[in-house]
Amino acid sequence: MVPLSWYLIAAAALFCIGVYGVLARRNSVGILMGVELMLNAVNVNLVAFWRYLAPDNPAGQVFALFVLVVAAAEAVVGLALIISVYRDRRSIDAEQIDLLRW
Amino acid sequence: MTGQQFFFLLFALITLLSGLRCVTSRNMFHAALYLVISLFGVSAMFAMLEAGFLALAQLIVYVGAIAILIIFAVMLTRGALTMPRGAQFNTQAGLAAVVSAALLFILLRVLPGFAYPIGDAAVPADITTTVGQSLVNEFVLPFEVASVLLLAALVGAIYIARERPKRQPGEGEE
Repeated sequence: MVPLSWYLIAAAALFCIGVYGVLARRNSVGILMGVELMLNAVNVNLVAFWRYLAPDNPAGQVFALFVLVVAAAEAVVGLALIISVYRDRRSIDAEQIDLLRW
Repeated sequence: MTGQQFFFLLFALITLLSGLRCVTSRNMFHAALYLVISLFGVSAMFAMLEAGFLALAQLIVYVGAIAILIIFAVMLTRGALTMPRGAQFNTQAGLAAVVSAALLFILLRVLPGFAYPIGDAAVPADITTTVGQSLVNEFVLPFEVASVLLLAALVGAIYIARERPKRQPGEGEE
């Protein structure tokens, strides 16, 4: 049996890799990839806790499923925004997307 | 070390290394392909946690749909930032590395310290049936809200990304 803490450590490392991607990338699609990695790390945590603490309760899996659904919706809208900005500005550099700057 | 532990370490190594390449690769297309490998590794972890339905859903939704979407977006937004030559990382990349390393350090110090109430109960054989039934019983409201969210995201994405008619000069921002 794999110890629970191994899953937690792997998920924490994946989350931190995602954080680095979000903070350091200039390409907006790259930022979105970092967000996807972070969401996946959270899902690994959820499923690991479900397996080790309450395997007979379906709520753990259902929650991870809803995270999956929300991640899909987020990716779709995010990529649509990026493509729209690219049409307008010919660039997806996150430092140049300052339409909302006041 | 048991076989399970060996395979867990293998999958974790694949997931983390390709995740690291995904955020550091200078070529965005390569980054997208590394993301696919990393998502495969997460799916394998789900399978090892005996969540078979989630492992397959992960494959279909992430590897099948979101990864393709991201690859499309990389290809549709060609320019200086897609190519390896351009500067891929902003000026705070070093600071970002420090912040995420510090976060990882804190998490690694904190996480193994708790006494989690781990039971040795086995996963019921009909867990997928139970999950499906609970989706239409106790979780029916979140289920419906999720379907409305997906519909809204669909319509919103089409609306946002559609081709707009050419703007008249003097109209619009700036």
